[in-house]
Amino acid sequence: MKSVLMKAITRAAAPMLLVSLTSCSHQGLLDTAGPVAAGERTILLNSLVIMLAIVVPTIVATLGFAFWYRADRPRGRYLPDWAYSGRVELVVWAIPILVIMFLAGVIWVGSHDLDPFKPLPSEKTTRPIEVDVVSLDWKWLFIYPEQGVASVNQLTIPAGVPVHFKLTSASVMNAFFVHRLGSMIYTMNGMVTQVNLQADKPGVYWGQSAQYSGDGFSDMNFQTRALPPTEFAAWVAKTKGHGPVLDAASYTGLAKQGTVKQPYDYGAVQPGLFNQIAMQKIAPGPGPQVGRGDVNVSPRTPVK
Amino acid sequence: MKLLGKLDWSAIPLDQPIPLIASAAAGGLVVAVVLYVWAKGWMPYVWNEWITSVDHKRIGVMYIILAALMLLRGFADAVMMRSQQALALHGAQGYLPPEHYDQVFTAHGTIMIFFGAMPLVIGLMNFVVPLQLGVRDVAFPTWNNVGFWLTATGALLVNLSLGVGEFARTGWLPYPPLSELAYSPGVGVDYYIWALQISGVGTLSTGINLVTTILKMRAPGMSYLRMPVFCWTSLASNLLIVAVFPILTATLAMLALDRYLGFHFFTNEAGGNPMMFVNLIWAWGHPEVYILVLPAFGIFSEVFSTFSAKPLFGYRSMVMATMFICVVSLVVWLHHFFTMGAGGDVNAFFGISTSIIAVGTGVKVYNWLFTMYGGRVRFEPPILWALGFMVTFVIGGMTGVLLAVPPADFVLHNSMFLVAHFHNVIIGGVVFGAFAGYEYWFPKAFGFRLHRGWGITAFWLTLAGFVLTFTPLYIVGMEGMTRRLQHIDNPLWDPWIVMAGFGTIVIGAGVASQLIQLVVSIRMRDQLRDVTGDPWNGRTLEWVTPSPPPTFNFPVLHDVHGEEAYWGMKQAAIAQERLYDEPDYKPIEMPRNSPTGFVTAFFAAIIGFALIWHIWWLVALGFVGAYATFVVFAWRDEDEYEIPAEEVARVDRARRAARGPEWLASVEVQP
Repeated sequence: MKSVLMKAITRAAAPMLLVSLTSCSHQGLLDTAGPVAAGERTILLNSLVIMLAIVVPTIVATLGFAFWYRADRPRGRYLPDWAYSGRVELVVWAIPILVIMFLAGVIWVGSHDLDPFKPLPSEKTTRPIEVDVVSLDWKWLFIYPEQGVASVNQLTIPAGVPVHFKLTSASVMNAFFVHRLGSMIYTMNGMVTQVNLQADKPGVYWGQSAQYSGDGFSDMNFQTRALPPTEFAAWVAKTKGHGPVLDAASYTGLAKQGTVKQPYDYGAVQPGLFNQIAMQKIAPGPGPQVGRGDVNVSPRTPVK
Repeated sequence: MKLLGKLDWSAIPLDQPIPLIASAAAGGLVVAVVLYVWAKGWMPYVWNEWITSVDHKRIGVMYIILAALMLLRGFADAVMMRSQQALALHGAQGYLPPEHYDQVFTAHGTIMIFFGAMPLVIGLMNFVVPLQLGVRDVAFPTWNNVGFWLTATGALLVNLSLGVGEFARTGWLPYPPLSELAYSPGVGVDYYIWALQISGVGTLSTGINLVTTILKMRAPGMSYLRMPVFCWTSLASNLLIVAVFPILTATLAMLALDRYLGFHFFTNEAGGNPMMFVNLIWAWGHPEVYILVLPAFGIFSEVFSTFSAKPLFGYRSMVMATMFICVVSLVVWLHHFFTMGAGGDVNAFFGISTSIIAVGTGVKVYNWLFTMYGGRVRFEPPILWALGFMVTFVIGGMTGVLLAVPPADFVLHNSMFLVAHFHNVIIGGVVFGAFAGYEYWFPKAFGFRLHRGWGITAFWLTLAGFVLTFTPLYIVGMEGMTRRLQHIDNPLWDPWIVMAGFGTIVIGAGVASQLIQLVVSIRMRDQLRDVTGDPWNGRTLEWVTPSPPPTFNFPVLHDVHGEEAYWGMKQAAIAQERLYDEPDYKPIEMPRNSPTGFVTAFFAAIIGFALIWHIWWLVALGFVGAYATFVVFAWRDEDEYEIPAEEVARVDRARRAARGPEWLASVEVQP
């Protein structure tokens, strides 16, 4: 029974390990697309290696000791009263303490270097672009205050330029997260958080909410398009003055619960709108009108 | 005002077959069991010997039965979650619409932590601690029974939400503003609040009870540093319960005030601060995981020592590490929300304090390792679970420390990597620990061992299923997948989600094996009988007693010398080739059984249900009933009964007879 099971497990595990090694480098966290994500990857991998250095020997020793001293065919000498050794105790306390001291250094330096609020080093040479983010039930609003345009469920940024995000929420908490660019950050009503990110190369990156926020949460995905700066300018020029206008009235409509399947742009934005939302000059988004699921997010009709 | 508050026919999910059928089946099963017990004429036995029992052993067993039922319910939720995700790929919606799926994952977390893991751990502590301390009961026996029934009431309310109304759709910790009235107008969050408030009173009662028992009621000669390590970890765990459960109660009370009386503690408007809730709930929530895992560490300590036939290595440093974890666990809570943007100093402080806990855990792991060194390791099911724990838990601990590094957490927070991590430590630590304890102490509780073969099968299937389920989740977390998705729009994640679904089936086979093991063991109980009361060649005082132990546990309280009380006695008996002299048997006073707990819980259930549905007159009635129960109990005339000396002598002589010279020879250590 046991051996058959073990064989089955080994057979199942071997290809799994192979696939995992190849696909991790495909589009995951480790395939970074910007300096913040790259810094985080370095710290993640360093910490992992530091810990594996003691975790792997511990696992080997556990299995080794259990096998070596098994009662039916023991190899080692039986020491029925051996329960204390000052030297072993010293080592037992010293190893974890030393590892954690080392790791504490990594944590201290990393927490300060990669603080989401901290401007990126590239800001010394390149002027950052500002993006104001509002999470709504259940869509994302990206406002470009300097360009005077806005987008829903699509983030467009110039590649190679630092982006300074200011974020708030229309109603409940969410987390803004583009994993290949790095750091996520919470969005909270009545509060403004910040994150500084940059895409090194043009490309399309997956973005999502990483904090559950209600029934439509699973559709809170957005594309992040990093365009070469000239194309970004062209996109702004094309968008500006066309399409709907984002003002307090249209924002209030957008804040109602529901999902947005197709991303779209606003050709004009009422100045100061983000601050009005963050300062709660505009009332927080309304909740559901019935206790059960909303028609917009659920295939089932709600019970009256 | 309506007579039934918000309650009407629309509360019954007639249009949703899954909860309707599930709740009808569960309700039908309960009714069938009650009717069967009634028809067989077992009702007086169940009422007198179990429901009203104040015996810590019986209460411990009832806790574990409750936990087993709730683990099955929670596992059913897990199967639904994994299968829903596996079926909702490429634009498919699966079979659970969001408002149902959201209830399922909320219920899964709530049930597994509050009504699965907690009763499991509390049940084991209840059963074992007084026996290991060498005493006859806990400090407050009737209160112990009240605590159990209040916990059961909480479980009842959560499960009631399946068929009457709805459960919360907020996640197992209902973060405002989502959990406020504006965004969760239904009764789901109210079910959550009152189920947890009521069971929280029960948990706090148990905490106070066990702390008092351990501090004040040890056998003569059992100083603190002679207590078994399980008692130490139980002490640490219950001190944490006493320290942090009031925070949970206060936090949920504030949320209730927001929802019921229009307060603004955590609302968006009027100066409320949702992040205050997040801070408070984790100030309870992180110590909570140590409340669960510390007793499991105690079980592993007992198991490694017993099945290696050696004393625990580094007893004093084990005690130190336990208390170190107990204290430091109170200052780590912020690592659950590094992504709030608190700044480098705050994040670094909590990151470092979190990883410092790994020092205590690391010391423990090495001490277990050196307990096996120079031992004679017998591969019985308890130590298999313990070895499985060692191998998986160091990985879970490592990923935990990884998440405690703020820059790593900035990309892993709330991801499937996090989900894999905490299942890795809670299943690998708490559940494996509780299963080891279940296999280890089952013969003590029922007088026969569990079937070894099925135990080993259950272990390997559970371990394999666990690896198959959670390794893909680690990977998919590294690919950026966030948790709690009702459908999956990123094709990169598909294969892993399907594989995790497959792993769940293997875990299911493990669960089934364990159920089969129980049935097979009951049928084969005569072959598996534990005649001597010491089936594993144990080292602590619970193994002095016969299996199952009599109500009074010990005919005379033993004088404890040294760290391993029973091992010392056993070695002396082997040296002298006979047991210690027969003591002078005296009558023993034991507390009377009392229906107080059950009746109080009945009224608590009414209060909870009425509060959820805003049936105010019924709330008042419930409180009057609960208070009246208390008054009746407080005015009782007799609270103890006497067990005559002859009865004590008869039980103990039978025990001594089973431990003759033959047995002494069999437990002698062969170098």
